[in-house]
Amino acid sequence: MSSEENGQGRKPTVAVFKFASCDGCQLTLLDAEDELLEVADAVEIVYFPEATSTMIKGPYDIGLVEGSITTHHDAERIQQIRRQCRTLVTIGVCATSGGLQALRNWKDVGEFVRRVYAKPDFISTLKMSTPVAEHVPVDFELRGCPISKGQLLELISAMLAGRKPNIPTYSVCLECKRRDNICVMVAEGIPCMGPVTQAGCGALCPSFRRGCFGCFGPMESPNTASLTAQFRVLGQSDEEIVRAFRGFSAWAWQFRQAGEECERS
Amino acid sequence: MVTNLPAIGTQFLLDAAALAPLIPSLERRGYQVAGPTIRGAAIVYDTLHSLDELPAGWTTEHEAGTYRLKKRADDAWFGFTVGPDSWKRYLHPPEARLFAARRDGQSFQIVEENAEAPRWALVGVRSCELAAIAIQDRVLLGEHYGDVIYEARRRGLFLVAVNCTVNSPTCFCVSMHSAPPAEAGFDLALTELVEGPRHRFLAEAGSRQGAEVLAELGPAEATATDRREAEEAIKKAMGGLQRSMRTAGLREMLYEHFEHPRWEDAAARCLCCGNCTMVCPTCFCTTVEDRSAVDGNGAERLRKWDSCFSENFSYIHGGSVRMSAKSRYRQWLTHKLAAWVDQFGSAGCVGCGRCITWCPAGIDLTKEVAALWEPAGPPRNGGHPAPGPR
Ligand code: SF4
Ligand code: SF4
Ligand code: SF4
Repeated sequence: MSSEENGQGRKPTVAVFKFASCDGCQLTLLDAEDELLEVADAVEIVYFPEATSTMIKGPYDIGLVEGSITTHHDAERIQQIRRQCRTLVTIGVCATSGGLQALRNWKDVGEFVRRVYAKPDFISTLKMSTPVAEHVPVDFELRGCPISKGQLLELISAMLAGRKPNIPTYSVCLECKRRDNICVMVAEGIPCMGPVTQAGCGALCPSFRRGCFGCFGPMESPNTASLTAQFRVLGQSDEEIVRAFRGFSAWAWQFRQAGEECERS
Repeated sequence: MVTNLPAIGTQFLLDAAALAPLIPSLERRGYQVAGPTIRGAAIVYDTLHSLDELPAGWTTEHEAGTYRLKKRADDAWFGFTVGPDSWKRYLHPPEARLFAARRDGQSFQIVEENAEAPRWALVGVRSCELAAIAIQDRVLLGEHYGDVIYEARRRGLFLVAVNCTVNSPTCFCVSMHSAPPAEAGFDLALTELVEGPRHRFLAEAGSRQGAEVLAELGPAEATATDRREAEEAIKKAMGGLQRSMRTAGLREMLYEHFEHPRWEDAAARCLCCGNCTMVCPTCFCTTVEDRSAVDGNGAERLRKWDSCFSENFSYIHGGSVRMSAKSRYRQWLTHKLAAWVDQFGSAGCVGCGRCITWCPAGIDLTKEVAALWEPAGPPRNGGHPAPGPR
C-alpha cells in the first residue's frame, strides 16, 4: 500500500489497538528500535496509546490489533475498529486464537469472578475469551506469544511494497532443521509441539533443548492425532497431552479438538 | 615407511597416532575441516580443529523415531553411524542470499553475491554419503542448469571417507547399492580397526591430492592380514543389516500403485512436518523469498531449503496442487524411488536411514514400500483417480 496506492499522496496511517492481552506484542513493535525509525518514516503511526499520547481519529489504513475479546465492550469496540481500518491485522496468540485467557472457556467464569473480586457485581465479562476473527473479518494474522519482530517488519515492508508477505504456514520443524537443531523429540524423548505448530519463531524453544509449546498456533495441516499417538509412545499421560494442546493456543480449533479428543479417550 | 607418493587405490597402514597431522595438513592446503563431533544429544558435523574433537568412544542407537548417544566399550573414533546432519548442509546450504538490489533513482542496481565459497575438507564421509553427494552432483551440476552455489563449494571439496565397520538398525545401504567399502569419489578413505589398545587405520588414496596428504602421514605397507581384517570388519557390519528394500521393479510398482490403500494409512501417521526431507542427504528442493526493506530502497532474494510436505510447495496459480497428506507422502516416496530414476538416472535414496530415525512419527519408508508391494486390491472408482483433494 504505497502512498501512490492509497491515492492521497500521503504515508499510510497505522493504528494500534489493544484488547485482553499483556502488551507484549505491541512492545515487539517498540522493541524494533533500529528499524522503528524507518517504519516511522514510511508510515504514520497515528494511534498507539502504549507509545504516544497522540490519538488521531480514524479511518486508518492499517490497524494492528492485539488481544482477545473478553467483554461486551470489547465485542462492540472491535466492530467499530473494523469499520475504521482498511486493512485489519491481528497480532499475537491472544488476538489470533484467544490466548491463555481462553483456558476459561472450559470453566465457569462466574465462579472465578465470585472468588477473585470482593464485589463481583461490578465485573461484566463474557463467558469466553475469543479471537478477533470470531467477531470480524481479519485480513492477516501474525501469530506467536509474543509475535516475532522479524515477521512484523516483514509484514509492514510487504504492505508498503504491495507484495505478498513471506509468512510461512508450514511446521516449526522446517525452521528447526534449517537451524541445525537436534530434534528434542527424537534424540531426547521430549514431547514437542513443533510438528503441528506454525513456523515463525525460528524454532526458539527447541534451540534451547525444550519442546515447542505451540505458541504460534496450528500449522497449515496439523495432524494432531498422529502427534497425540507419538506423545503416548513417549510415555505421556492423557492429562499431559491435553495440557500440551491446551496451552497458549488452546482455543485454536485444531488444538481444541485434539485436547477434547484426548479427554474423551 | 613409504617414500614415494602412495599409489592410488593401494591400502596402507596408519597407527591412530599417525593421523594426528591430518587436520593441520589439510588446513595448510587452505581447507576448513569439518567432521563428526558431539553437540548436545547427538553426533553432528561441525568444524574440527583437532581429531580430539571426534566422538571417540561413543556410538549411536537408532530406531524409527528415536536416536540415543551411547558409550562404547572401546575408544573407536568412528564407531557410530550417520546422524541428523548430512554434508548437504555444507554443499547446498539451508539458506543463501542469491542477490540484493538497491534503488538507484528510477531504476535499481543488482548487487551480486560474490562471497568466496569456503573450501571444505570433510572428514568421516560414509559410503552412503558419497553416493548421496554423487546424486546431488547429477542434479545440481547439470550441464544446462548448474547450481552456482553448489558448484563453487563442490569444486573445492576434499573428501576423507570412512568405511563403516558398525551399522544401525535403520541402515539399508546394501539394498541401495551404496554400502562400503567406498570405491571411488574420495580423496582419502579410511577403515578403522580397534582391538584393545591397538588402534589402527587402513588408508587408501583416491586422488593425487589424497596421495600427497597420505604421504605426509608416513603410511606403512599393509599386510594381507591387515587388509583381510579390514575387509572382514566391513563385511560383518554389512551382513548384519536389519532393514532392506526390494528394489527390482520398484519404479514400475510405485507407478502402478498410484492408488493403493497404504497411502491413506501412511497419511494418517504423517505429520507433514518435513523432517524427512530436511535430513535426507539427496533432497535438494528450495524455495525463494523476495524481501524488501521497510524504506523501499533495498530488496533481496533468499533461497531456503523447502519441503514437498508443505502446502506452498505445490502452489501454482489458484492454489496448492497437493492439499492432502496422502498426496504429499506419495509425491515424496514416488519421487525418491521412481520418478528420480526417470529424471536423473538413479533412485534418490541411498539407504542412509536418516528419514526413518528422524521422523518424529517413526514412519519407516522400508516398511511403507514393503506394504506397497502388496497387491493394491480392486481399483476403486473404476480405476479413475478418486475425486477430492489430491
Ligand atoms: S525439536 Fe520439535 S520442532 Fe524441532 S524437529 Fe523436533 S519435533 Fe520438530
Ligand atoms: S514422513 Fe515423518 S518426517 Fe516426513 S513429513 Fe511425515 S511425519 Fe514428518
Ligand atoms: S530417503 Fe531416507 S534413507 Fe533414503 S537417502 Fe533420504 S534420508 Fe536416507
